[in-house]
Amino acid sequence: ISVRCSAFPWFGMDIGGTLVKLVYFEPKDITAEEEQEEVENLKSIRRYLTSNTAYGKTGIRDVHLELQDLTLCGRTGNLHFIRFPTHDLPAFLQMGRNKHFSSLHTTLCATGGGAYKFESDFRTMADLQLHKLDELDCLIRGVLYIDSVVSGGPSECYYFENPTDPDRCIQKPYTLENPYPLLLVNIGSGVSILAVYSESNYKRVTGTSLGGGTFLGLCCLLTGCSTFEEALEMASQGESTRVDKLVRDIYGGDYERFGLPGWAVASSFGNMMSKEKRESVSKEDLARATLVTITNNIGSITRMCALNENIERVVFVGNFLRVNTLSMKLLAYAMDYWSKGQLKALFLQHEGYFGAVGALLELLHPS
Amino acid sequence: MLIGRRSARNSHTMDKSITLPPDEIFRNLENAKRFAIDIGGSLTKLAYYSTVQHKVAKVRSFDHATKEAASDKLYEISVQEEVTARLHFIKFENAYIETCLDFIKDHLVNTDTKVIKATGGGAHKFKELIERKLGLKVDKEDEMTCLIKGCNFVLRNIPHEAFVYAKHADSEFRFQTTQPDIFPYLLVNIGSGVSIVKVESEDKFERIGGSSIGGGTFWGLGALLTKTKRFDELLQLASKGQHTSVDMLVKDIYGGSYGSLGLTGDLIASSFGKSATADKEFSKEDMAKSLLHMISNDIGQLACLYAKLHNLSRVYFGGFFIRGHPVTMHTITYSINFFTKGEVQALFLRHEGYLGAIGAFLKGAEEDNPNQYSWGENYAGSSGLMSVSPDMNPMQRARSGTFDMLEMDRLERQLVNLPLLQDPSSYIPDTMDLTEDALAREYWLYCFEEALDGVVKRAVASQPDMPEAAQRAEKFRQKYRHKLQTLRQQPFAYGSLTVRSLLDTREHCLNEFNFPDPYSKIKQKENDMALKYYQKAVKSLEELSWEQRQFALVRVELMAFISCEHPERPWLVDSYDQWFERLKGPPHKCALFFVDNSGVDIILGVMPFVRELLSRGTEVVLASNSGPALNDVTNGELQILTERIAAMDPVIQAGLREDRLMLVQSGSSSPCLDLSRLDKVLAMVVRERQTDLVIIEGMGRAIHTNYYAMLSCESLKMAVIKNSWLADRLGGKLFSVVFKYEVPAGKPSQHSAALSPL
Repeated sequence: ISVRCSAFPWFGMDIGGTLVKLVYFEPKDITAEEEQEEVENLKSIRRYLTSNTAYGKTGIRDVHLELQDLTLCGRTGNLHFIRFPTHDLPAFLQMGRNKHFSSLHTTLCATGGGAYKFESDFRTMADLQLHKLDELDCLIRGVLYIDSVVSGGPSECYYFENPTDPDRCIQKPYTLENPYPLLLVNIGSGVSILAVYSESNYKRVTGTSLGGGTFLGLCCLLTGCSTFEEALEMASQGESTRVDKLVRDIYGGDYERFGLPGWAVASSFGNMMSKEKRESVSKEDLARATLVTITNNIGSITRMCALNENIERVVFVGNFLRVNTLSMKLLAYAMDYWSKGQLKALFLQHEGYFGAVGALLELLHPS
Repeated sequence: MLIGRRSARNSHTMDKSITLPPDEIFRNLENAKRFAIDIGGSLTKLAYYSTVQHKVAKVRSFDHATKEAASDKLYEISVQEEVTARLHFIKFENAYIETCLDFIKDHLVNTDTKVIKATGGGAHKFKELIERKLGLKVDKEDEMTCLIKGCNFVLRNIPHEAFVYAKHADSEFRFQTTQPDIFPYLLVNIGSGVSIVKVESEDKFERIGGSSIGGGTFWGLGALLTKTKRFDELLQLASKGQHTSVDMLVKDIYGGSYGSLGLTGDLIASSFGKSATADKEFSKEDMAKSLLHMISNDIGQLACLYAKLHNLSRVYFGGFFIRGHPVTMHTITYSINFFTKGEVQALFLRHEGYLGAIGAFLKGAEEDNPNQYSWGENYAGSSGLMSVSPDMNPMQRARSGTFDMLEMDRLERQLVNLPLLQDPSSYIPDTMDLTEDALAREYWLYCFEEALDGVVKRAVASQPDMPEAAQRAEKFRQKYRHKLQTLRQQPFAYGSLTVRSLLDTREHCLNEFNFPDPYSKIKQKENDMALKYYQKAVKSLEELSWEQRQFALVRVELMAFISCEHPERPWLVDSYDQWFERLKGPPHKCALFFVDNSGVDIILGVMPFVRELLSRGTEVVLASNSGPALNDVTNGELQILTERIAAMDPVIQAGLREDRLMLVQSGSSSPCLDLSRLDKVLAMVVRERQTDLVIIEGMGRAIHTNYYAMLSCESLKMAVIKNSWLADRLGGKLFSVVFKYEVPAGKPSQHSAALSPL
C-alpha cells in the first residue's frame, strides 16, 4: 500500500480568511534504512515542527489536539495541528524558501480560499506547486475521518447535557455512529451551513457573513482589542444584558401572547440607542454582547435550516468555537430551547482543522 | 397655529418651529370620535373618526302631472348636505405631542368619547400626559394585533398599497395590483428587533419567529461605532460609505469568485472581517454601510427561511427601519433577491407608518363595523408617499414640516371584483402607467395643468347663486395645482400615477371645496336637448334594413362623442366585421353596459343600442356612476332619463316592466373604471343573470382604463380618441375610432379572428 502513497512530508493545508490551518503527519515508524536515505531538508522540517510548539511570532501548534499512533496509508505516526494568521502567510512562505522546501518535490495539498488567492505567491516566493482542493469536500472528508479514527482520550464528538440549566450543564461524549443526515455548520470568518447525506452527497444550504470575523472585527472596533483571545477574555467578564434590550425591558416581563420569555433578547445592542446607556457600559459588556449577538444569530439561522431540511442533528465546527465554551453552550441552549428539545447541537474537538485534514487525505487517497 | 419644539437642546432645532393653519392638520375635529394613538420611538400617529358634511348634487324628477306648467326641464337639480364618514390619520414628531394634544382639546367640541386606544412603545410613556390633556382614559392595545389589523385594512381598501422597490429602475416604486385575496402573507416588522408574523385570515395570525438583530442593532451599534446619535443620520452616513473596506469579501479570501458554489467575488464572506485589527482606522461612513448591509442581509435571510418553511410568497416589510427610507428598502430588496434567487419579492407598504394607529382605531371602532364597509383613500386630504422624507422632497418639508396625513372616506357601497374578470389577480385597470413612462407623465401633467382654468371657471359657473364660490374655486385651484406639482416631483405619491388617478384627484379636490357636480347644469341642458331627438332617431334607425341598422347603431354610438366628420373604416382598431357576424348568431343572454356621458351619448347613442339588444332577446344591465364625475351620467340621472324614454318607447318600457332592462350603479364616482372595485349589487346581478357580454364605452373607461382588460365573456370596447397625443401614441390620428370586440380564448364563436393588439 505504501508504494502508492506520496513521499514524505505529508501536509494538508487550509488557508482561510483569518487563519491558516496546517496538519502534519510525523511518521514514527521510520526504519534505519529509511532514515539514512532521508534527505536533510526533510529531517530538519520534521525536527522544526515537532520540537517546537510555537513558530515565529504567531504560529502555534495545538499540542492537546495531537493524534498519536495513527495509521495512515500503512504508516504509523503522529498527526500535528498547527495554525497561524493568514496575514503571516508571507513569513511562512519565506521560511519554506529558506528551508528549501521545494527541493523535496512534494505536492502541497491546500484548500480554503487562500489556496486560490495565494497560489501564485506559493509559486513565485517558495517555488511550490499547490494542489487546490474544494474546501467543503475537504471539510466533510476531514470530519468523517477524524471522527472515525479517534479512539481513547476525550471523545471527538460531544454535546452539552442539560443545556438550559447553567448549573447542571456538562460536556458529554457523543458517538457519531450513523451520522446522516447531518447539518454541518462551519463557523470561520464567515459561516457555511451544509446538509450532509453521505460522504459524497452534500449541499451547501446557505451561509452568513455574520461569523467569527464579525465577532472579532466588531470587538476590535468597539473595545480596541486585537486578538481573538483578548476579545473572548473580555467577553467572559462582561454582561450583555446591559447592552441588549431584553423582552422584559420592553414588556416588563414575558411577552406571553407570543411565548417570548422576558430574558430573551428583543434587540441586540438595543440599549445602545440611548446616550446614557452608551456611556455606562464597559468594553467587557460590549464584547460579551457582540459574542452573544453573533452566536445567537448563527443559532437561529441554523435552526431554520434544520427545519427546512428536516434534519435533527447539527454539528458545529470552525475556529470561532476554539476555546469558546461560552458560544458552544449558547448554541447548545438555543438549539434545545427554541426547538423544544428536538435539535441536538454537537461539537468536535478538532474544531477548525477538518479542512486541512481533508486536504491531507486527498494527498494520500485521491478521490 | 404655531408649533414649536418645546424641549429643544440647541438653537438649531429651535428654528424648526413652523406655522400651520390648524385645519390643515387636524381636520373635522368638531365631529371627531373614537380616538386612537400609536406612539413610536420618534413619531406619533393619531387616528380618529369623523363625519364630514359636504354638498352633493341630487336630481329629482318633476311631478309630471303638472309638467306643462312647471318647466320644460326634465328634472331639477338640488344641492343637498350629506354626511359621510371619514377616517383621519395624522403623523407627527413626538416632540409636538403636547402642543397637538392641546390643540385637539381646544377643538374637540361635541364628542362623547371617553377612551383613547393606544399602542406603540411610547404609549406607556405618554399615558399620563394624554389622560391629563384630553381627559380621556388611555386603553392600551397589543402592538402586534394592531399592526396586523391595520395591515389587513390597508391591503383590502387601498389600491396600490403595496409596492416593490427597485432603486435603479426608471420608476423606483413599482405598485402591486390589489389581490382579490390578501391572505396568507408574511409581515416582517423591523422595529428595534424583528418580528416575523404569518397572517392567515382577518383574525388568525401567529408570530412564527423573529430576530434580535434589527433596527435597534443598527442604531445602537451604529451609534457606538460612529458616535452619530440619530437614526436617519446613520442612514445618511451609510449611504455615503464603502462597505468593501470593512467587510471581508469572497474575493479577499479567494482572490476572485468561489466558482464551484457560484459565490461571486463581491459577496460578503465576513461582515466587519477586515476590521479585526487594532492598527487601522475606518471611516464612519464605511462602518455604517457595512453595518447596514450586515443587518439587512441577515433580516432578509431569516425572512426567506421563514417564507420557505411556511410556503409563503408574499412578504411585506415594515417597522421604523424601513419606514420611508429608500436606503433600507434597497438593501432589504437586494437581500431578498439574493437569498430567494428572485423567487420572492420584498413588498413594502405606502401607509406602513400608520398600520398601528389604524389597527388601534379599528379595535376601538368595532361597533361601527368599519370592516363591513369599503373605504377609499381621499387624494385631496392625504399627503402621499415620502411627503416628509427630507431627501426626497425638500420643498414640501419646508411647507408642512413633518406632518403627514391620510384620510379615508367610507364608501356608500361595498366594492368587489367584477366576476367576469379573466384573472382578477393580474387585472390592471390602467392602460398607461405614468409612474414608469416619463414622457407620458410629462404630457398628462401638463394637460391637467392647462385644463385647470377651465375647470375652475366651470366650477364657479355651476353655482351662480353662491357669491363665495369664486373664492372656493380659487382654493380648489391652489390645492389641485399643488397636487400636480407634488406628482411632478413624486409621481409615486399615491400609487401608480395614471390618467385615472389624476382625474380622481381632481374630483376629490372639487368635492373638498364643495363643488360636488360642476357639470350638473350642462348635463341637464344636454339631456333635455337630446331627449327631443330620441323618437326621431329611433324612427330613422327603424327604417333601415337589419344589416344597415347594426352598423348605424355603432356609428351613432361612436358619433355621439364627436361633432366632426365620422372617420371611414377601417378604424384604428376595427373588429366590426366580427361583431356583425356574431350578431347573426344567437342573442346574448345578458349584456352589461358601462355607460359614459350624459346627453347625446346616453340618449341617442346608448339607448337605441340597448333597444336593439332588448329586441334581440338580450337582457341589459346599464351600469352608471354612483356619484358625479365630469359630464358622465349618474345613476340618479339615468333613472329619470330611462323613465322618460320608456314613456316614449314601448320597447324600453317593456324592458323595464319585464325586468329585462335593469339600472344599477357602478359604485364609482370616477370618469374611469376600475373593474376590481365595483358595487357588490352589480356583481351579484351580473352573476345571477349569467352575463355573457360586457360593453364598455368612452375614452375614460375603454381607453385610459380597461383597454387591455381580459374578460371571461365576450366584450365590446368602443371609443373615439379625442386627444391627439394619445391618438398618436396609439398609432392613429385625432378622432380615431377604437372598436374592439373580443372573445375569450376557448369560447366558441363563429368568428373569433385574432385582433391585432395596439
